[in-house]
Order: sequence, then C-alpha cells, then structure tokens
Amino acid sequence: MSSLSTTTPLPAEPLPAQASRGYWAAAGLRFLQDPVAVGALIAVLLLFGLALFGPWIAPADPYQSSMLNRLKPVGTEGLPLGSDELGRDMLSRLIVGARLSLFIGITPVVCAFLLGSLIGLVAGYAGGLVNSAIMRTIDVFYAFPSVLLAIALSGTLGAGVVNSLISLTIVFIPQIARVAESVTTQVRGRDYVEAARASGASAFTIVRVHVLGNVLGPIFVYATSLIAVSMILASGLSFLGLGVKPPEPEWGLMLNTLRTAIYVQPWVAALPGAMIFITSIAFNLLSDGLRTAMDNKR
Amino acid sequence: MLSYLLKRVLYALPIMLGVALVCFALVHLAPGDPLVSILPPDASAEFQEQLRELYGFNRSLPEQFGLWIWRALQGDLGTSIASNRPVASEVFTAVGNTLRLAVVATTIGFVLGCLFGFVAGYFRNSWIDRLASMVAVLGVSVPHYWLGMVMVILFSSQLMWLPATGAGPGGSDHWAWDWDWDWEHVQFLLLPALTMSVIPMGIITRTVRALVSEILDQEFIVGLRAKGLTHLGVFRHMVKNAAPTALAVMGLQLGYLLGGSILIETVFSWPGTGFLLNSAIFQRDLPLLQGTILVLALFFALLNLLVDVIQTLLDPRIARS
Repeated sequence: MSSLSTTTPLPAEPLPAQASRGYWAAAGLRFLQDPVAVGALIAVLLLFGLALFGPWIAPADPYQSSMLNRLKPVGTEGLPLGSDELGRDMLSRLIVGARLSLFIGITPVVCAFLLGSLIGLVAGYAGGLVNSAIMRTIDVFYAFPSVLLAIALSGTLGAGVVNSLISLTIVFIPQIARVAESVTTQVRGRDYVEAARASGASAFTIVRVHVLGNVLGPIFVYATSLIAVSMILASGLSFLGLGVKPPEPEWGLMLNTLRTAIYVQPWVAALPGAMIFITSIAFNLLSDGLRTAMDNKR
Repeated sequence: MLSYLLKRVLYALPIMLGVALVCFALVHLAPGDPLVSILPPDASAEFQEQLRELYGFNRSLPEQFGLWIWRALQGDLGTSIASNRPVASEVFTAVGNTLRLAVVATTIGFVLGCLFGFVAGYFRNSWIDRLASMVAVLGVSVPHYWLGMVMVILFSSQLMWLPATGAGPGGSDHWAWDWDWDWEHVQFLLLPALTMSVIPMGIITRTVRALVSEILDQEFIVGLRAKGLTHLGVFRHMVKNAAPTALAVMGLQLGYLLGGSILIETVFSWPGTGFLLNSAIFQRDLPLLQGTILVLALFFALLNLLVDVIQTLLDPRIARS
C-alpha cells in the first residue's frame, strides 16, 4: 500500500546506539542531496499550503452553484478548470478540497502511529505472555485485506467522516504495531538496555531514555509510507459514499458526484482523481527519500 | 519440514476463528436494530418478535456466535434480509466473478512486474532502472478507482473500443458460472482487469528489482560467471533464487485484490463480491455483509497459508530458520 495492498511491514532495523545529533545531521544531508525527495517535499509543502490557505487562494466560492454554468469545459472564461454538475467552480473546489482530503487521509495515520507505537512498544518490551496476547490479537486484524476491513468497518458504523477516520485508524494500527513490536524486541536485547536494567533503572525510564529514541525513527518512516495508502483509501470511502457528505469539497466525493458526467465533460470529471494521484505520488516519494536518507548502512 | 508445516497450519486455525469473531462482531457494532431496514414502520411488537426469532437475534451473543459458526461450517450463511435468498449462494456466485477478475489482473501484473523488475534490477542505476522504478511508484500511488474512470473515458467514451460497464452481453445481471472465454465476454473483462493489475504490477516490480539486485551482489553469481556460464545460465540461477519470494508476493497480491476489488467493481458495475458488499452496506443487509466479509477474509487467510506452504516447499531454508 505502499499500495492499497501493501501490508507487508518494511524491514525495519533499529537505529544503532550511537544515534545522536550527528546521525540526524547526516540523514538530513543525505535527504537534501536527493533531488526526487526534495521535489516530493516541496510538493507536499505546497499541498499543505493549499490545505491551510485554500479558502483565501480560491478565486471563487466553492459552494456557489449556478444552474446556467453546469459542466463547463476546462478553459471556460471565469472557470479556468471548468465547472461541476451543479455549476460550481472546479478550480476553487479542488483548492479548498485539499484541506478535507488531506485531513481525512493523514489523521488516521497519525492516530494509528500513536496507538500502534504504544501497543507495539508494550508488547515488544514486556515480551512473554503479554506479547503473545497482544500480537495474536493484532494478527487477527492483520489477516484482513486492508481495503476490505476499512469498508466493512465504515459500512457497519455508517457513513460519515468520524466513522471513516475510526475505521482507517483500526486498519493501520496492526500494521504499525507489528513494526513497532519487531523493532522494540530487537532493541530490548541490546547490551545498553541490559546495562540500564542492571543499574536499577525502572522499566518506564528504560523505555523513555533508551528504547523510545531508537525505535521511533523506523516506525515514523514506516508510518509515512502509509499516508499515500491512507489518502487513497479515505478518498475511496468518500467515493463509495461512506465518508464525507455533500456539499463539502473533498476529492473522492467530487469524483463520485462527477462520475455520471464522464460522457459530458470527461476531463473535468477526472480532475479530482488527478489531485489524489499527485498527492499520493508526492507522499510515496517523500517516504522513499526518508527511508533512504535514514538508512545509514550504505 | 513437516513439523514446520503442521505448526503453520495449527497457527492459522485460531487466526481464522478470530477472523470469524470479528465478522460476527461487526453486526453488533452496527448502530440500531439489524432488522430495521425491512421492518415496516407500523410493525407490531409481536411481528418484530417473530422476525427476531426467525433471524436468531433473540438469543444471547455467545449462543448466536456458536450457532452462526456451526451453520457456516455446514455452508449455511443465513438468509439475506433484503432479497430473502440464501447468503451462501449469492456470495459464491459473486466470488466466482471476482476471482475471474482478480486472477487475470494478478497474472497481467505479475508478468509485467517481473519484466520491469528484472530489467530494472539487472541494469541497476541506469536510465532504464529509473524508468521502471518510476512506473512502479506510479503503480502503487494511483487511486485505482480513478484509473478505472480514466480507462472508461479513454477506451469507452472517446475511442469506443470496449464496453464501459457490466460483465458480459447480459449486462451486470450476468451472475452465472457459465462464462465463456470468447471475445464477447473477454472485452468486458479487459478494462477492469487492466485497471486492477496496476497495483500488483507496481509491487512486484519493486520486489523483483530488489531481489535481482540483491542476488547480483552475491558471490555465487561472480563464481558462475568466472566459471564461464552464459548469460542464460546465470539467468536460470537467478530465477531459481528469486522465484519463491516473487511467487509469494503474487499470491498475497491475489488475496488483496480479492478483498479490495470493491472500488473497481463499483466503477465497472462488475457483479462480484465488491458489488455485493456495496449493496449489502447501503441496504443495511447485515447477514449478507457478514457472510461476504467472512468468506473473503477466510479466503485471504487460506491463501496466506497456501503461499507459506508453497514457499517452504520451494525454499526449504525457510523451515530451518
């Protein structure tokens, strides 16, 4: 998911013990030397800019419909990207739509990153029975294809933004928890953790001081690789009518309401999907760049 | 080896039970009364009670779960609330249609992915590698439901080469197993299958590229070359080393496509499990929803198991580690 289907956790290696300021500076430098990654970063920042300032950038009111101007082609005067089935300005709707589209795509990954890391850390650090109990439960959810689980959950919970956020968070928690658990288990066996335990540090202190800093990096990189998937899935739920409700501008929902227009204004109808595509490419390339830059074994 | 395989099978059983439990719990997660969609607003309390008894909603939860599992094992998934037909027969026709689509899509994706991945890995860091890797990134990034729309725009509405929706000359009502592989039918399959193949193509390209470049770095390749083996001979060794992983990824992709076909099936009105799920969700037909998800999830779990077993047989090193 690197595509919709990627649920295989990427091989995550714990950072070495000497990871300090030097490591981050080196990783940052490696990142900046990769033109593709920098380009992706700029694209992502631009998209965030649209999400934050969209309503002020948009040339027209994205909610203002006009029965006279329905389904105008790209390049119509006053409607640079045409208009939708209710005569609303496509350009403005695409710009303002960035906010909701990014919000529903990124929020589940952030929530799953927090919860999944916590679950994985507890399981990995505790080990033994606790680990087995947690990880076997995670395995059950992991046994569902992610698209199916997302649709099943939001289908039964009912349509709506909150429900689609909950469903996607539940889809991503097992994937992140698995990575977190495997990295934590590896770090737990390191000598410096053993030394800390021997010197009488409490479990909480060991996790906070010695484990957290070494596991969060790989989990974070893995989580960024899920954002593209999450964007596609979240907009997909709206596309099915399970997420955002009209008349809010959101790319997946716009694609849904314009579906019937593909025989009238095909290229206008395809625009919202192109936005999802661009966003997802940008996040995938950014995540690839981060992984390469943070991999200090080369 | 045998004990490893046995362990793997035993490990899958509780997972499958857990999957069934999650499917069962879905119905009780749903807000409101599961019968509300078919009850007329003026239904008497007595009639409601009767229906509840008919569908078994009046029993305790563990009792309902046990009964549901017991019946499911015998091939009875209950009755659809909306159509009043047995869920099992509806699901199995739909699974056939989805399977046909997913198998064709996975095959296309596997062939293209192996080709691109091999070329990219063999000519590492050349322009051809960058091109193939870019195709892979595009493949894993594309919202496939949108790609489906673009395909319809291009090949149906503009070029008028292929039909836009449906699963055969009979339209989407064509639910039958008697599907012929002639052009009249296959033309309906092409667009959805091509659209669907893009994701496995991207993932398999990435996998094969990584495998090939890893194998090329190993000493035995240098040894084979030093021994004077031809390119074809070296290639045979590489295929042998890359095949178990590549095939495993392909198997998993087939599973993901089976479970994730709902968006593409909606775009193309393909009468498979996705289409069934969609109608089950919007008609709030919970037994149908429960049954479809259960069958798909178990199928996925079984496929996972099968992939693991085959991979172990192809590469005995896995059982030893």
